[in-house]
Formats: sequence, structure tokens, C-alpha cells
Amino acid sequence: MAADGTTAAGTLAAPVRAVRTARTPRRPWDRWTSHLILASAVAVIAFPLYYAFVISTQTLSEVSSLPPRVLPSGHFLENYATAWQRAGMGRLLFNSAVMALSVAIGKIVISILSAFAIVYFDFRGKTFAFWMIFVTLMLPIPVRIVSTYEVISSLGWVNTYWGLTVPLMASATGTFLFRQFFQTIPDSLAEAAQLDGAGPLRFLWSILLPLSKANMAALFVILFVYGWNEYLWPLMITTTAEMRTAVVGIEALVPRGGSQLPEWNVIMAAAMMTLLPPVIVIVTMQRWFVKGLIETEK
Amino acid sequence: MKRAAFRNRWLPYALLAPQFVIILVFFYWPAVDSLRLSLYRASPFGDRLIFAGLSNFERLFRDAAYLRSGVTSIVFAFAVTLLGLGLSLFLAAMANARIRGLTIYRSLLLWPYGIAPAVAGVVWLFIFNPSYGVLPYLLSFVTSYQFNWLLKGWVALALIIVTAVWKQFGYNLAFYLAGLQAIPASVLEAASVDGAGPVRKFFAITFPLLSPVTFFLFTLNMTFAFFESFGIVHAVTQGGPGDATSLLVYKAWKDGFQGLELGFSAAQSVILMIVVIGLTALQFRYAEKRVTY
Repeated sequence: MAADGTTAAGTLAAPVRAVRTARTPRRPWDRWTSHLILASAVAVIAFPLYYAFVISTQTLSEVSSLPPRVLPSGHFLENYATAWQRAGMGRLLFNSAVMALSVAIGKIVISILSAFAIVYFDFRGKTFAFWMIFVTLMLPIPVRIVSTYEVISSLGWVNTYWGLTVPLMASATGTFLFRQFFQTIPDSLAEAAQLDGAGPLRFLWSILLPLSKANMAALFVILFVYGWNEYLWPLMITTTAEMRTAVVGIEALVPRGGSQLPEWNVIMAAAMMTLLPPVIVIVTMQRWFVKGLIETEK
Repeated sequence: MKRAAFRNRWLPYALLAPQFVIILVFFYWPAVDSLRLSLYRASPFGDRLIFAGLSNFERLFRDAAYLRSGVTSIVFAFAVTLLGLGLSLFLAAMANARIRGLTIYRSLLLWPYGIAPAVAGVVWLFIFNPSYGVLPYLLSFVTSYQFNWLLKGWVALALIIVTAVWKQFGYNLAFYLAGLQAIPASVLEAASVDGAGPVRKFFAITFPLLSPVTFFLFTLNMTFAFFESFGIVHAVTQGGPGDATSLLVYKAWKDGFQGLELGFSAAQSVILMIVVIGLTALQFRYAEKRVTY
């Protein structure tokens, strides 16, 4: 969340350099235990995902056999095809993508505009505006469940992309991040721009935005993951299968009692399709992701 | 603050407008409305609201189900936070030889951050499956106790705790590993020279010096446990069996959306607001005091 954390979080940034200079291991045995411990931690973390993948490639009788089989089988394609059709994954994933992208981009744009106003202008009510934005950190969705739904419903936004995205686009965290970043930019840049006759919007577009690229990318990863994985909001705002997002849609596949054997292979196929996009974003944008974790510590 | 650079009467307001439209309409108005609704109850025919004073709150504190939900949430939050932090700190401290490849480990630890709690819950649900999940199967060699989360409340609670701990584990571990790298080796070596053993060094030096990281992770995990675990409960246990896993946020949602008890649900939202304010205040005390150092 807010102001500090960066002190605690900042340490995540550059572990490697400290490693080399600090102390060299005198006993190689220590080094191997460390590798062993970390490797087992990695394995424990990876196991559930691996297992989910394994199940998603098995037939139903393989899934329910004892002892459990922990090696992949050959039914990958048919399970994924079944999941795709049965759960309408195409539509669900599309909705998730719309939500994640719009929320991420919307939050970034709105935060930049707010931070620009707060850092580069003097105006009445500036401190008040800043605090108004700050206090929203204390108003997450769970503390305003019923009333927020009523607002959305009176706007006619239930089951719309507007309802799914726009209300989530405000961002105190993003505003603080860009505010802090803008404050580190030398005043002389703005002065030089003014001497050259550039107005504030020109300055924002041609100078501030290009300088903010790294911060935008970092924030994008964090916000994309947030938008993709948000659960309570789409659950409240959508009621039809066509407007559900993938994380919420998956709940419909989970067996609730009933007598027939639940198709765990299909459920896991749907789960894999749902969890891969944000994980891929994190893995491919690793550098920005770590920067984002440090600077937003959401 | 920076020296203001541009002069313009209306532009700053225009730049702030999108943010303010959204926070006023979707944050402030609903929050104020929740406060107002919490003082009302629906008329017998449900067609209008009747002012009810603080009776919704009185009801909350007399309602056994709500109190149980509060206790469950606190147990869940502390279990997730303490187990998660304890485990990751222990492993980080054990693994704290200076080794190569820490950045690679960091990547391999951090990716579960991208998995939605609900989806993580579904995966663990299968691992806990009473008939053919791998965990009850392995436990069956040790004990004849039936680990059936559908029948035993505590197993269901364990299921959502394990899911949450797993999801946060790599993140916690990565932060602890990074924090350990920042502790000057000379301090630890000096302690060794003075004859301190590894346990003594840990409690006298490492743990206190890591307290900023611990505190940061503590509030972060508590916030996660209270406010972001809704998906796990909704997708996996639906609060059950009975109300063994009915966390506060889940109950507020359920009473509002399925029970349609708006005032009662709004009163629960107000209680949650107090929890958030408490957690935020905690975070800021830390920001000022910085713990240790």
C-alpha cells in the first residue's frame, strides 16, 4: 500500500551485487544445503501447478485411480477442447482480457493525469484532493459491497464492460507512484520546456511520458494481474454467462455435491487456461514485475 | 514538495476530474451510503427502509453466526500470516549462505503471485479431494482419520489456509531472502568470533534486523487474508461445511446478495471498514517508526 514499505521492499531490487562482495562461503557444504533448501521450496511451490497440469491431461478413470498418478497422460487436447466448449472459455478469457487491459491502462492514465496535476500545478484544494485520493486506500470493495452494486445498477451498468472496468480505474497507489517519480525529475526540465514555449500538456506528452515508461511497464504488470484475478467485483457486477470473467466462471465448474463423478480433468484444464495469462505476463515481464512489486507493494 | 511549474486556472482540475468522478461515484458515495444503510432495516414487505438506529450492530454482536465468522476470520488471518511468515523466514535463514543464482530462485518463487486465489483454491481442492486427492491418500498411510473437508469443518479451514499460505509463500520467501542479503556480514562474523552459535545469532541479530521486512509482510499478509481471500471461499468451500469457513467478507457478501438483508450487510461492511482503517494505521505507525534501526 502506501508511503513506506519501499524501505523493506527496496531490498528486493539488487540482491546479487551484495552477494558477491559480502562474504564468500568458506564451507561448500553450506552452499549445497542452501541450494537444496531453495530448490525444495521451489518444488513445493511448483507441485500444485504441475499436478493440476497432470490431471488436465488424464482421462477420468486415470484421475480417480489410486494411488494417484502423477505423470502426464495423453488426453491433453480433448480435455482442453471439452473445457473450452463446456465453460465457454473463449468468451470468459476474452472478458478477462478486456477487464485486465482496461483496468490496467485506465488506472495508469488516470494516475498519471492526477499526479501531473498534483506535482506541477498550484491550485486551491490541492492538499484536500491529495487526501481524498489517499483515503480510497481504506475503501476496498468489501467495505462497500451492497451500496456499490446499487450505484452500478442505477447507472444500468450491470452486465456491461463499463460496469466491469470503469469503477476500478481510480488508483491511489498509481497516483502516489507517479507523484513520487515526478518529484525526482529536475525542475530545470519543466523550466526549459517553458522557455521553449511548450505548454503543460506538451510537456506531459513529450517529456514526462517518455521518462515514465519504466514506471508504466512496472505498474502495468501488477495491475494486469490485479484486473485479471479480481473476483468479488465481476461476481457482483455480472449475472450472465456471457459477461463473466474466467476466474469467476471457473466456480461454475466446481462440483457441489451431486452424484455424478466430477470431471476434474476438465476443471483443471479450465483452471490452467485461466491462470496462465497472468503468469505468462509476470514471467515474460519479470524485470518490470519486480520493479512493480517494489514500488507499489500493493 | 516540488516548486509548481505551470500556471493555469482550470487545467489541474480537469486533469484530476477523471479520478474524482470515479472516486466520488464509486468509492465515497457507496461508502457513505453503507454507513447510512447500516442504520436502516427493510420493512416487512421489503418495499421501503425503516430507520433502525444501531439495532443492526446490536444484532451483529448477538448473532452467533456473525461472531463465529469473526473468530474464523481472525484464526484464518493469523494462521495464514504466522504460518506463512514463520515458514518462509525459517527457510530463508537456513538457506542464507551466499550462493549464486539468487535471481533465478527469485523468479521461480515469485510467479504464484499471478495466480488468482480462487483458481489456487480449485487446484488445492483437488489435492484435498477425500476420495482420490493426493493429500488424504498420503495421510492414509499415517492415520486412519478421515480428512474429508466436506464433513469436517477444521479440514475445510485447513484447506483454505493451506491455499492462502501456498499462494503467499514464494513472495514472503523472496522478500526475506532479499532482506537477509542486506544484513552486513561483518556483524554476523563479529558475533561468531564472540562465540555465538547459529540460533543465538538468529535471535540476537538476524531477526531484529529483519523486523522491517517482517512488519511489512505482516500487514501485507493480514490484508490479503482479510480482504483478498474471498475468491478462495466462494469458489471452493462456499463458507461450508456449515459455516466453518464463512469469513467476514464472504458473510457480508452472502447476507447482502443472497439474503438480501441490505442493512445487516451494510453494518458488516462498516465493521470491515474499521478493520481496514486499523490495518492502515498500523502500516503508518511503521512508516514513522521504522521498527528497529
